[in-house]
Amino acid sequence: MELTINGKKEIIDKGKLTVGILLKLKDIQMPEMVSVELNGEIIDRKDYDKIELQNSDIIEFLYFMGGGNYGN
Amino acid sequence: MNFTEEQIIRYSRNIILREVGGEGQRRLLESKVLVIGAGGLGSPILLYLAAAGVGTLGIIDSDVVDLSNLQRQIIHFTPDINIPKVDSAKSKIKQLNPDVNVITYKVRLSSKNIVEIIKDYDFIIDGTDNFPTKFLVNDACVMNNKPFSHAGILRFEGQTFTYTPGNMCYRCIFNEPPPKGVVPTCSEAGILGAVAGVIGTIQAVEALKYILQNGDLLTNKLLTFNALTTQFREIKLNRNENCPVCGKSPTIKELQDYEQPVCELKL
Ligand SMILES: [Zn+2]
Repeated sequence: MELTINGKKEIIDKGKLTVGILLKLKDIQMPEMVSVELNGEIIDRKDYDKIELQNSDIIEFLYFMGGGNYGN
Repeated sequence: MNFTEEQIIRYSRNIILREVGGEGQRRLLESKVLVIGAGGLGSPILLYLAAAGVGTLGIIDSDVVDLSNLQRQIIHFTPDINIPKVDSAKSKIKQLNPDVNVITYKVRLSSKNIVEIIKDYDFIIDGTDNFPTKFLVNDACVMNNKPFSHAGILRFEGQTFTYTPGNMCYRCIFNEPPPKGVVPTCSEAGILGAVAGVIGTIQAVEALKYILQNGDLLTNKLLTFNALTTQFREIKLNRNENCPVCGKSPTIKELQDYEQPVCELKL
């Protein structure tokens, strides 16, 4: 199946592919620092393992960014 | 308001722009912008807004200038070390453009004082470096119908969007601050100073466009910048109906203060 992930087209053939599995596949080290947008909608963290991706889905991983340092 | 001869010369490159003109310059001189944080993002924001003739600039920062700040916080110079950042920034702004009325707040922003401070301003800019303040600024601005510019930077990357009432807010993307354990530690963080310059300058442009009521703002989209690949991306985002602060049935109705993870940078 063809997905668009952060603007890049990718072919992933893994059979059943949930958002949770994709996060692992993409080796996202700290999923807590990422929000996932699927076809224009932010999806709830608790649905990551429920939502199955479909051919031509558009996925964005949005990263938490603070500042260059914390505190000072 | 009539321009002085000096103002006509000072702002001539603004006034000559069809989208600004005398009317736009007057608007800038009458506008009030609040910049939260006089650091890596706040430095270029303050300098560009002061140079453009934004009439009133509020600056919030509770810190003093540290040697390690000078790598990216370009409004502060070496002789300013140990001076409060708000005072250092004010003195540069006054030297750059004496027209600007600078109001300084040497305080830590909290749920107790934020509403009182933001209420006097037309546009608010988040130039802070921590999540608790970013969420506080978002919630206070959404609840009080104040437009603001958000930005975050990390290593070689940055992101920014603009909120105006009715559009997507920070919590539409990020429900709540990341759990404390997973926030990268200082030694892992780091930031290329010029990346703060790129993102802060975009925030300044957003404020100017908002005041001038010209062009398209970064609303309902997140602009991301990767300095290593020199790529800008614009990610379309919708207002989230499950957003805890601006959604259909908001669960956050009062401002709250989140705890700031403590971190000491060890080299
Ligand atoms: Zn929202």
